Amino acid sequence: MTRPFLLEVGVEEMPAQYIDDAREELRAKMEKWLSDQRLSYSAIHTYSTPRRLSVLIEDLTEKQSGTVEEARGPAVTIAKDEEGQWTKAALGFARGQGVEADQLVEKETSQGSYVFANIEKKGEATIDLLPEAIALLTTLTFPKSMRWGREQLRYVRPIRWLVALFGDDIVPYEIAGVKSGRESAGHRFLGETVSLPHPRDYEQALMRAFVLVNPEARKDAIRKQLEMLEEEQNWRVPGDEDLLQEVTNLVEYPTVLYGTFAERYLQLPDDVLITTMREHQRYFAVRDTTGHLLPYFVTVRNGDHRYLEQVQKGNEKVLRARLADAVFFYEEDQARSLDQFMEKLEHIVEREQVGSLGDKQRRTVKIARELAVKAGFSEEVIENVTRAAQLLKFDLSSNMVDEFPELQGIMGADYAFRLGEKEAVATAIKEQYLPRFNGDELPGTTVGLLVSMADKWDTIMTSLAIGLTPTGSQDPHGLRRQAQAIVQMANRYDFPVPFETMLSLTVEAVREEGLTSDVSELSREAGEFFALRFKALLGEEGVAHDVVNAVLIPPYGRLDTLFARAAFLQEKHGTDEMKEVAEAFGRVNNIAKKVADEEMNPPEPEAFEQEAERELYSAYVTLKQELPAFLAKKELQKAWETLVRLTPTIHRYFDGTMVMSEDDKLRTNRLRQMQLLSREINRFARFQSLVIPS
Amino acid sequence: MNVQEVILNLQSYWAKQNCFLMQPYDVEKGAGTMNPMTFLRSIGPEPWNVAYVEPSRRPSDGRYGENPNRLYQHHQFQVLMKPSPDNIQDLFLQSLEALGIKPEEHDIRFVEDNWEDATLNAWGLGWEVWLDGMEITQFTYFQQVGGLDAAPVAVELTYGIERICSYIQDKENVFDLEWQGGFTYRDIFYQPELEHSTYTFQVADHDMLKQLFITYEKEAGRALEEGLVFPAYDYILKCSHTFNMLDAGGAISVTERTGYIGRVRKLARKCASIHYATRENLGFPLLKEEKEDAGS
Repeated sequence: MTRPFLLEVGVEEMPAQYIDDAREELRAKMEKWLSDQRLSYSAIHTYSTPRRLSVLIEDLTEKQSGTVEEARGPAVTIAKDEEGQWTKAALGFARGQGVEADQLVEKETSQGSYVFANIEKKGEATIDLLPEAIALLTTLTFPKSMRWGREQLRYVRPIRWLVALFGDDIVPYEIAGVKSGRESAGHRFLGETVSLPHPRDYEQALMRAFVLVNPEARKDAIRKQLEMLEEEQNWRVPGDEDLLQEVTNLVEYPTVLYGTFAERYLQLPDDVLITTMREHQRYFAVRDTTGHLLPYFVTVRNGDHRYLEQVQKGNEKVLRARLADAVFFYEEDQARSLDQFMEKLEHIVEREQVGSLGDKQRRTVKIARELAVKAGFSEEVIENVTRAAQLLKFDLSSNMVDEFPELQGIMGADYAFRLGEKEAVATAIKEQYLPRFNGDELPGTTVGLLVSMADKWDTIMTSLAIGLTPTGSQDPHGLRRQAQAIVQMANRYDFPVPFETMLSLTVEAVREEGLTSDVSELSREAGEFFALRFKALLGEEGVAHDVVNAVLIPPYGRLDTLFARAAFLQEKHGTDEMKEVAEAFGRVNNIAKKVADEEMNPPEPEAFEQEAERELYSAYVTLKQELPAFLAKKELQKAWETLVRLTPTIHRYFDGTMVMSEDDKLRTNRLRQMQLLSREINRFARFQSLVIPS
Repeated sequence: MNVQEVILNLQSYWAKQNCFLMQPYDVEKGAGTMNPMTFLRSIGPEPWNVAYVEPSRRPSDGRYGENPNRLYQHHQFQVLMKPSPDNIQDLFLQSLEALGIKPEEHDIRFVEDNWEDATLNAWGLGWEVWLDGMEITQFTYFQQVGGLDAAPVAVELTYGIERICSYIQDKENVFDLEWQGGFTYRDIFYQPELEHSTYTFQVADHDMLKQLFITYEKEAGRALEEGLVFPAYDYILKCSHTFNMLDAGGAISVTERTGYIGRVRKLARKCASIHYATRENLGFPLLKEEKEDAGS
């Protein structure tokens, strides 16, 4: 026999961005609980609105399935006497477990033979277990939780009702003074209290009380109304999935409406208009079919079609005040000169101990410029990079960015262009913040790329210099994300400056500003920080642990090549070809280890005795010419082929050559040959780190 | 409904909810929360329901009376209920009806907005309440006050009088609001707005203000040494307002700012804990009534 189970917790309005995670957590915990409790069911549905989280389980069994538990008793040697009869110990064990002695069984275990009792446990009635399911509600985690009244429980917001129905029956429970029942709340203003006779028709019953409990249905309803409006008005309301999601979680019964604002506000940059509407009011912006912004906005009301005009009028009034503010800030900013902006930067602290935004710019100029020079860019690029870095943060002292921090860079680009800066410079000021998050777009211009990289290198290095190394989950300045951004940019744009060069030029800029006195310590720390990042990033890309170890050997060189080599090896991993190559190079490397690096001297070719030695030497000479060239061009297949070609030569060599010869001179010369070769091969990977299945 | 009718209606509504009707406190402050009727009374286990208007000074919002929405001094209507009643959201919505705002004819939302005051070492979770997209009330469940855990939790409602009135009277500019009898907000407040802005941004003697801050800080500390909570708290309020004046006048660098806030916070924390101890020594007198209720 089965019955449906409905659980709904009613709360005061939850923060919109917590709701989806909480609902998913409730589902996962409920599924796990059902499976742990051996309770069968046919389907589980979860629902959420700003005021409720709920779960509906269909065809939940009325009885937990039975199980057999095995209890271990004494060892057989103790449980049986010489005649093979149960001893007192065995009989006592059986009695203790509530089974007859003839039900005891003997079983072999890793620790020897033991006596076991199989105890059948009957399944309990589901209704007696369900309080545990209700208690799951109190285990949900929220980014921020609170107390209320005299209650001790911390929860996302105060709990106001609780529905727990197993078929027709209420499952008694109490959380924070709220007793379970069958009464749910309808829409705050449109609906009445809903008394649910039974879990079935939960969705429909609440729908009649103006609550769409299914978030997907709510989102679809909004989407459809938006589409209708687009059609009716010949508008485009650009898809903004995040905003749609947020709005879905702000309403229980959505009705889309639109309003208008004075056309003169269209003089504001699009981003300012969109941000004002979106961030402050959760409005959608409206465009015409050619993509131009129109003096309209779309909002979603938590209610029905009645009194829509009044709601529209109110929203228009609010937006007018907001836009009047934006215009005021924009005009104030227009009245200021670049010098005035720049002067103010000296008084804005970037981070305690690191200095002002002015200091930040000065360091970034050095780093960005050096990066551009080292990467071999033209004079024009170098000049633009320098200028962009000089102005990098100037908009942080504007009224507009003060009011809307998310417009940083965007206002900078707009103002710089208006103040007569080149487009490349203005664009770079905007692009310095890219990528803002994992998966975000990267800078689209060379100048943008260089200042973005420089900005991130500076943030990382100065943070490390003042001891703000990320630990565990603590990474307040997002250094890990910034390191990842550097890697992404280097990969995407085949950035030619080796990692070590970037690191040392940043350390130098930080030293010149007096932020570190111990250059080698800072370099070491930064090297370690990045090595950990590379490891994590390679791991995220699915590169096996041993491959990571094979490529992650300092100096790392160009980051794009480093990551490409890892991906290439990962692809080859497990092939016969790889096995052969790794074996051959493993032998070379193992022998090469026998010489200390400081004894490094080239071998003397004339001292070679055997043909195989000379053959290997000439193969080495070719390798030395070709491998670095292919790596630099990121032609990994070709680089790989040069290595593959080398393997038969190596095998022939070892077949006929005894490296550890008793003749000192001969041995030294051969070891040197091995060492030289090993060093060359290691440019691609340290093959002996690879785990090769035999 | 003119401004003073709005205030009267809110007062009589909350009086019916058994709130003590109090008057504005006579020391300058940035928000009704800083009135000792909220800050100090929200501390400790004693139940407390109160409502009052608070003229609140925000020197950095001064706009010489030229901005339609920003003011050096605006008016808050403040309600504090401890412990927070279970039906507080409904009580709030009914208060809007007392102002002629019928929720079903509008779009009313509770949008997450958490509150923190670094100088008071206080924070809470709650919402800003939107009326057709306009923020009209701040709704906060106090979690900590003066560094002490709120137990029981008090809930605070802060209505923006000018905001609500501009909605009710359908005015774009707060200076056009009718206070009463055909007289506008401009008639009464334009001159003080202009003069306070001028003083704050152009005339105020920053050296004197810095000196005053030190003097007030010292005196607050001295009063606290004597266990005199209320006099000390007055000086803490003065510190806070003096700091706001300096900040608005651009006389404080970003690094100094943290220092000033820390100094006020230190005093506020100390004041809060001494207040708790004092009330405890007195046997938390306001609990008495509750005990009697329970007994009858």
